[in-house]
Amino acid sequence: MKPFEFQRATDPSEAVATATADPGTRYLAGGTNLVDHLKLGITAPERLIDITRLPLDGIEELPDGGLRLGAMVRNSDLAAHPQVRSRYPVLSQALLSGASGQLRNAATTGGNLLQRTRCVYFQDVTTPCNKREPGSGCSALGGYTRYHAILGASEHCLAVNPSDMSVALAALDAHVTVLGTDGERSIPVTEFHRLPGDEPNRDTVLEHGDLITAVELPALPAGTRSAYRKVRDRASYAFALVSVAAVVDFEDDGGAGTSAGPPTFGTVRLALGGVAHKPWRATVAEEALRGAPATEENIRQALEAELAQAVPLHDNAFKIPMARNTATAVLRELATGSGTGTPTPENREQP
Amino acid sequence: MTVQHTGTAGQDLERIDGVAKVRGLAPYAYEHQVDNPLYLHPLQATISRGRIETIDTTQAQAAPGVVAVMTHLDAPRLAGTDDAELAILQSPAVGFRGQFIGAVLAETPEAARAAAALVRVEYTEEPHEAELRADRDDLYAPEQVNAGFPTDTRDGDPESAIAAAQVVVDQTYTTPFEHNNPMEPHTTVAQWVGDELVLHDSTQGVHPVRQTLAPVFGIAPEKIRVIAPNVGGGFGSKGVPHAHVVLTAMAAQRSNGRPVKYALTRQQMFFLAGYRTPTIQHVRLGADASGQLSGIIHDVIEQTSRIKEFAEQTAVPARMMYAAENRATSHRVAKLDVPVPSWMRAPGECPGMFGPEVAMDELAEACGIDPIELRVLNEPDIDPESGKPFASRHLVECLREGARRFGWADRDPQPRSRLVDGWYTGTGVASSTYPARRQTGNTARIRHDRAGRYSVQIGAVDIGTGAWTALTQIAAEALGCNAADIDLQIGDTDFPVATVAGGSTGTTSWGAAIIAAAQAFRDRHGDQPAVGAHAEGEAGENPAAQEYALHSFGAQFAEVQVHADTGEIRVSRMLGVFSAGRIINPRTARSQFLGGMTMGLGMALHENSVMDPRFGMIVNHDFAEYHIPTNADVRDMEAVWLDEVDEHAGKLGARGIGEIGIVGAAAAIANAAYHATGIRVRDLPLTADRFLA
Repeated sequence: MKPFEFQRATDPSEAVATATADPGTRYLAGGTNLVDHLKLGITAPERLIDITRLPLDGIEELPDGGLRLGAMVRNSDLAAHPQVRSRYPVLSQALLSGASGQLRNAATTGGNLLQRTRCVYFQDVTTPCNKREPGSGCSALGGYTRYHAILGASEHCLAVNPSDMSVALAALDAHVTVLGTDGERSIPVTEFHRLPGDEPNRDTVLEHGDLITAVELPALPAGTRSAYRKVRDRASYAFALVSVAAVVDFEDDGGAGTSAGPPTFGTVRLALGGVAHKPWRATVAEEALRGAPATEENIRQALEAELAQAVPLHDNAFKIPMARNTATAVLRELATGSGTGTPTPENREQP
Repeated sequence: MTVQHTGTAGQDLERIDGVAKVRGLAPYAYEHQVDNPLYLHPLQATISRGRIETIDTTQAQAAPGVVAVMTHLDAPRLAGTDDAELAILQSPAVGFRGQFIGAVLAETPEAARAAAALVRVEYTEEPHEAELRADRDDLYAPEQVNAGFPTDTRDGDPESAIAAAQVVVDQTYTTPFEHNNPMEPHTTVAQWVGDELVLHDSTQGVHPVRQTLAPVFGIAPEKIRVIAPNVGGGFGSKGVPHAHVVLTAMAAQRSNGRPVKYALTRQQMFFLAGYRTPTIQHVRLGADASGQLSGIIHDVIEQTSRIKEFAEQTAVPARMMYAAENRATSHRVAKLDVPVPSWMRAPGECPGMFGPEVAMDELAEACGIDPIELRVLNEPDIDPESGKPFASRHLVECLREGARRFGWADRDPQPRSRLVDGWYTGTGVASSTYPARRQTGNTARIRHDRAGRYSVQIGAVDIGTGAWTALTQIAAEALGCNAADIDLQIGDTDFPVATVAGGSTGTTSWGAAIIAAAQAFRDRHGDQPAVGAHAEGEAGENPAAQEYALHSFGAQFAEVQVHADTGEIRVSRMLGVFSAGRIINPRTARSQFLGGMTMGLGMALHENSVMDPRFGMIVNHDFAEYHIPTNADVRDMEAVWLDEVDEHAGKLGARGIGEIGIVGAAAAIANAAYHATGIRVRDLPLTADRFLA
């Protein structure tokens, strides 16, 4: 790897000022993605600013009942936090389904939001890639696309966002707090990541030098249920083929399992992972299910309507039925309160 | 002397190297302390076929910490270039993407890697081919296949037998490109001391490395010393030295006598360390309505590299597995512009027991009989291939014992009939086999160091199997002393010659030499040897191999769960029952069996090196994308064995256990997946998308 200057930030604003002034500077947090990229030659910064000592590792309750998650909170600590586990199980489950215990101990909340695609061509500097080297071409077009997008892709890039956490945050309507040279601003997670369009080198709406300082989770109404389900090629330590984050409440507030039949959905917030360049909010399905009885048929039809816009690639047509089935199962289980199948039997990592 | 089987061999001894390993004190190749080393990072071709026109190393030469950059323009000339895999940097020709085309030597590994990225290469590219397909018109029959087996065999008239059969299975099965991926990467530390080459190498055989490299460098084998006390897995990929050993030794000729260290990155291991060819297996079985086989045909298509032939012996097990009067097997090979395939985890038997053992499951269903009974029905009296009696063939006992332990009697044969908590659940079985060979050319030396203590030397290598422990036990038993009185010394060409840790031959071949040395020692020095007394012994061929067919057998059972919504597939239970002759150490043996079964699980569900033929490159070239089983994938797994001593397997009575654990495992899982879901998948790996409804 190319030699670089290393410095340690002690103040967020100073770090932002330094980084903004120098396009060759990158922030280093957990390093679980960036260090790999340095070794592989995917990126070669002149300077790294270590931000792990910044005082951004707290989790605080907000006055409105939400939670503010410091950007430097480690994934393991966030997943294990009692308030997160009890009020936002979708987030805890998503975090624990990602990476390995060792990586989660190092990876941070802010860094997880910024992890880059695992597209095999992005990760090999001997092949063209528009995301890595704008204008060089997309090797995934006509190549290996099992893990690639079925929604929102462009001719310039077929890559998917690999994060589990971000999918849960999208379904929670979380906001990202960003510090720039003009001060702090708040960006909805759903608008934080971009679709590739003709600028696939840009994963997010951040400008160079912007520093993520926190993520804010909104308060959820009483009776809200949430779950994360990840489908992958092995039982642990694999990126999602398809994942589903769902946050729902019910009009009859008791939900489930009454002898009178299925409950009626109130608000449904549904995000799909592994299918697009960003966590994919399934707004078509959400709209179709709002106020609808939570029957298998309704859920399935809503997902089919959502996925009607999907464009499968050579190796990933299966993602359409897989996403439909998985989302249907998650919503069914949230509606019936059964929960079977949400944690897979072998997934001992589920809290 | 007869070896009494009541001695220390057979005892459940802890690994004698275990404590050092868990404390990090057992040095692997890269960890040997050498003075003032240089670090190597290679240059690799980024085309699949063609030639280098220009190679500009100016920037790299000037980079900080760089001592030398070596390319085909200035590399030392090799004395022997017959082996095209090893004849690197001798010409501008490129034979496959990723091939070595140079190296940077620097004061740190980081500096070497950074400088390597500064080298600019221009090529003239020629069209390449990297995709194995059954419809290629350039498939050819190699002269022989790996391990010297005939390419084709034919007994009787299987086509006519199958045409006339009441029940026929005629299907094509495929196994993908797979990479061995031992945890310790291939690593060489090379230093020239005068005209002698010293190598700390991560290898399965120190003497084989010396024998292979001597003609390449044009020096006597005795001028090469190879040291490998601890090796972190090989699975065949370290069975022969690959090009990185040559590259490192060449670089050490340009280092002013300084040692040169090189460990392949994980990504490089997908280009340069061997792999298993993909296989396309056409299997035809003909039987009567009861399931009695009349014909077996196994035709295999596979690949090799255009620069060097390695033809896996995939169809070999079909030649001896089941009784059928009419049998034919064949291998046809495509030469592609791809890296050189090599040995990987039971070459031949492992892929070759996938297609036929799934076909047997299909035949059992077609005949309406239990798959175990089908195998019992077709059990041969003698080896169908050689006509010799089997020294020991306990396949039926393995199947019966497995059925009893696994609860097979309760099985409802109807597929897709059990849904447990949202998971379709089924069970499957397959047979396993592996030949029992003994390598000749092993010598051991025994010396009475001090009262009651013996040093035992042989150039064997423990690649993680437990050889340190098992050979100590064998030596103690042969000398009639305690294991604690043996000072075993292995992993160095300074010790007497030994063959490769491969083909499941290590323990039996090296053990035979140790037994021979012990016999020579006692013959010469008696039971009261003087301190300093010593003797050598050499093991010859196993004479019983002339009269008997020597094979191990086993039965693999699997329970598989497939999620009704998502198609996810998990192996909830595995049982292997093996007949492998005498077991020298039950603790390390169990580890080896379980390791083999786990690799079989990986073969069944995960492993798949994805070739992008446009680039001629495996694109999923790291452990995040190339999946092997994680702990969470390995659930209830059990390995047991029949209590036996094979009296035809030499004085030791053992047949070797390194590879049989993987054989048949993938077929058992595929058969269980069919029973779970009613979906017959004939192409590995079995992934969720194949089971989605």
